[in-house]
Amino acid sequence: MGESFISAREVAAGVRAGEWTARHVADEHLAAVAERDGEIHAFLHVDPDAVRAAADRIDAAVAAGDDPGPLAGVPVALKDNLCTRGVPTTCASRILEGWRPPYDATVVERLVAAGAVVVGKTNLDEFAMGSSTENSAFGPTRNPLDPSRVPGGSSGGSAAAVAAGFAPLALGSDTGGSIRQPAALCGVVGLKPTYGRVSRHGLVAFASSLDQIGPFTRSVADAALALDVIGGHDPLDATSSPSPQPDHLAAVDSGVDGLRVGVLSEMLDMDGVAPEVVARVREAAEALAAAGAEVVEVSVPAVIYGLSAYYLIAPAEASSNLARFDGVRYGLRVDAPTTNEMMVATRTRGFGPEVKRRIMLGTYALSAGYYDAFYGQAQRVRTLIARDFAAAYERVDVLLSPTSPTTAFAFGDKTADPLTMYLNDVCTIPSNLSGDPAISVPFGTGGDDLPVGVQVMGPALAETDLLRTAAVLEGAAP
Amino acid sequence: MTAPTAPTTIDSDEVFTVEAGGTTFELVCGLEVHAELATATKMFSGAPNRFGDEPNTNVDPVTLGLPGTLPVVNERAIELAIRFGLAVGAEIRPSVFARKNYFYPDMPKDFQISQYDQPIVVDGSIELPGGHVVGLERAHLEEDTGKSTHVGGDGRITGAEYSLVDYNRAGVPLLEIVSRPHVRTPEQARQYVAELRAVLVAAGVSDGKMEEGSLRVDANVSVRPVGTDALGTRCEIKNLNSLRSLGRAIEYEARRQADLIAAGERVEQQTRHWDEDSGRTSKMRSKEEADDYRYFPEPDLLPVTPDPAWIDAIGAALPPMPAARRRAVADAAGVVLPDETVALIVERGQDSQALDAITAGADAARVLVHVSQNLAGEGGASVAPDRLAALIALETSGALTATQAKAVLAEMVGSDATPEEIAAAKGFEAMDTGALEAMVDEVIAAHPDEWETFRTGDDKARGKLTGFFVGQVMRASRGQADGKAVTDLLRRRSGA
Repeated sequence: MGESFISAREVAAGVRAGEWTARHVADEHLAAVAERDGEIHAFLHVDPDAVRAAADRIDAAVAAGDDPGPLAGVPVALKDNLCTRGVPTTCASRILEGWRPPYDATVVERLVAAGAVVVGKTNLDEFAMGSSTENSAFGPTRNPLDPSRVPGGSSGGSAAAVAAGFAPLALGSDTGGSIRQPAALCGVVGLKPTYGRVSRHGLVAFASSLDQIGPFTRSVADAALALDVIGGHDPLDATSSPSPQPDHLAAVDSGVDGLRVGVLSEMLDMDGVAPEVVARVREAAEALAAAGAEVVEVSVPAVIYGLSAYYLIAPAEASSNLARFDGVRYGLRVDAPTTNEMMVATRTRGFGPEVKRRIMLGTYALSAGYYDAFYGQAQRVRTLIARDFAAAYERVDVLLSPTSPTTAFAFGDKTADPLTMYLNDVCTIPSNLSGDPAISVPFGTGGDDLPVGVQVMGPALAETDLLRTAAVLEGAAP
Repeated sequence: MTAPTAPTTIDSDEVFTVEAGGTTFELVCGLEVHAELATATKMFSGAPNRFGDEPNTNVDPVTLGLPGTLPVVNERAIELAIRFGLAVGAEIRPSVFARKNYFYPDMPKDFQISQYDQPIVVDGSIELPGGHVVGLERAHLEEDTGKSTHVGGDGRITGAEYSLVDYNRAGVPLLEIVSRPHVRTPEQARQYVAELRAVLVAAGVSDGKMEEGSLRVDANVSVRPVGTDALGTRCEIKNLNSLRSLGRAIEYEARRQADLIAAGERVEQQTRHWDEDSGRTSKMRSKEEADDYRYFPEPDLLPVTPDPAWIDAIGAALPPMPAARRRAVADAAGVVLPDETVALIVERGQDSQALDAITAGADAARVLVHVSQNLAGEGGASVAPDRLAALIALETSGALTATQAKAVLAEMVGSDATPEEIAAAKGFEAMDTGALEAMVDEVIAAHPDEWETFRTGDDKARGKLTGFFVGQVMRASRGQADGKAVTDLLRRRSGA
């Protein structure tokens, strides 16, 4: 199989040491894409010539004696809601078809500055709204482990790209679980950093107070390395945390001896959480205990209200964020006699049904006379959840739970009733509401031999604790 | 989010009234002023804030609201808002930006970032040159919109062939200054805007150019029967592009509302458009047709919580505001406010010149006259305070008449010569008393009839003929006689 299945760290080390060229690595990955992406459909855009040219620039730097950086020659896949200068950025929506941003997202700048080679833009649920990638306007992505199943979503393309060996590293965005849930369903590592740890500048917003960019990788150490590269303060994002970043990679192998781990009881009892998933979480807890952690069961009562609060706050912000797609300045325009009619016609044709549903839901939640009962109440619930998490983190360092209630499901299984689909994110949403970091790491399989993801959560900026816990689980996985 | 609370009216010495159907209605008016801030860059991005450039050249991804862009607050705009707040004696509060959501092609994000229920400036007041005080409810920061031009058809957005949008203005920082309904006459409205402009310019907050749209005024107008307390239903008047429009529109609108009520109809809460040519307001939209703006806190920005030490430093660096400057001149001159001459001197920025001359020992009343009347050319016409004081000393000692002093002063501007030298060069020498008496006697002898009437007539006739005789003496002396001395002589000669 060649370099497609080694880690980002190994790829970079080989390129920096001159063991192989970035061009060779790029060609290997492009070959894998050419061979299998017709079936998987992880990518919406790949420009092989541009990929090879970027790889050649890395090789030229190495040849000149320069160090291209910690991601030298590492192929990366970018969720197609991250702006890339001159390269189409669609958010998997007809309304942005053909739009090429005039600037790079901060994370893209940082990846490239660290030597990474962008392979392409990956598929997603339109504007990141969904949990299966079935809401893409350009067709769904298939799960590389079982192409009859969904890869999860909304960052399904990025998760599938890493699982299929198209890239050792991909970036996604996580508003309610959109990194962690597809990571779990595709059997890879997915990290949602603390809100504010990674700049959102250049991420096309879904719900601004919840969105966070993070990596998909095949190893926990690669996730740590990726965070080291993309994290840290950015003056272009006012919500970016000014606190300095620790060296996450250095902390990955420090073990969990003495670490206090809480198994989050409410998330094991929730309706729809499969028994096999609960079993894997309990086994993960045992594995941590065996590695020296103190494991207890912990209650975070308010998390059961997370889903309801989320489906008011996220659509409310989305209804405002997506207003700008009006046909006036960029993207799709459907001509009509008046400006107003043009806007209506453009949005009617440009947005898919799930996006329209959430815009309407959010518009309603913010309307005069309903604001307090819906948006206001949801914000109070959000405060409550953050408070309950904070109380739990007085007693434990990290919390353990399922990532997704089930393993990967079949296409069409959950599309009939939006609520069934929404329930996929019941375990991941609370961390977005509290702004705290969370990681999903593969830990065994379900009855169908498909991977189960275990979620490790922690307080704000505790990514190192999450990463070292996940690394122990990675080593102990059945 | 919860809307701000409604304010109350205050008394005014003057109230504009309208008669309609046998009832007298009085005006109640509040003003909303949008001031563009004098920053180098925009409210939330580094694009230039500059008027008059080629369309769509002062734009960047943030200005255009491109997907993925984020706002970052311009610290300078916060500083200018604080300056304004401190200049009007307001409270500076922690503030929160919100999103005001509505679709319009000249608004790139289809929402406007604006402070809503937690503005940065709360309370405060503006003291008008005429003495009336107008309370300020609040001032908040927001971003301006772009500018649409509708081409062809009827020239409005609904009927045009096509529309062009210039986003140079989009994102320009605005301070929206909301007065309480303390404006009670059209003249007060004009004074308020002029005074507000003076404050904004003095504090360096805005260039205040109404003709460039740096200052835009909306008027909330209502009327109520004299003697009642409840506020009437108000209409908001837009498109007031000059102080003249402002006064005319308020007067027209008060009349329109009074007529409606007198005719038994209701005033509907509306936004109305002032048409300068027809001199009328017309309905733009009613309250029912107004958008639901769905305000909510802007999630991309943190609350603004300026450091108290920073606020103090900003306050310490503020120059004195016009009202304080008027008080300083009035105090130094021993004049009671309101005083038009003092107001004029401060408005023209001549107050330091006047104060310095008074400090240098000159007669205050003469300083105010010379500065306001004889040094009226703004900026250019100034004379060092000690020289002005020297001139006034010659005048008060009787060495120069008022007319001569004015002529000397005109020469002093742009010259280094002393007032004495200029007076000598012009041949202005104080006439000795003997010469003046001889001249007066000659004039009396030449006009026996008038003199008889002067001597025996009543006060009215004497007053009239005083002017006649003084004029004759002035002519005979080619302006060198002191009018006051002539008057005294005339009185003595008539035996009064």
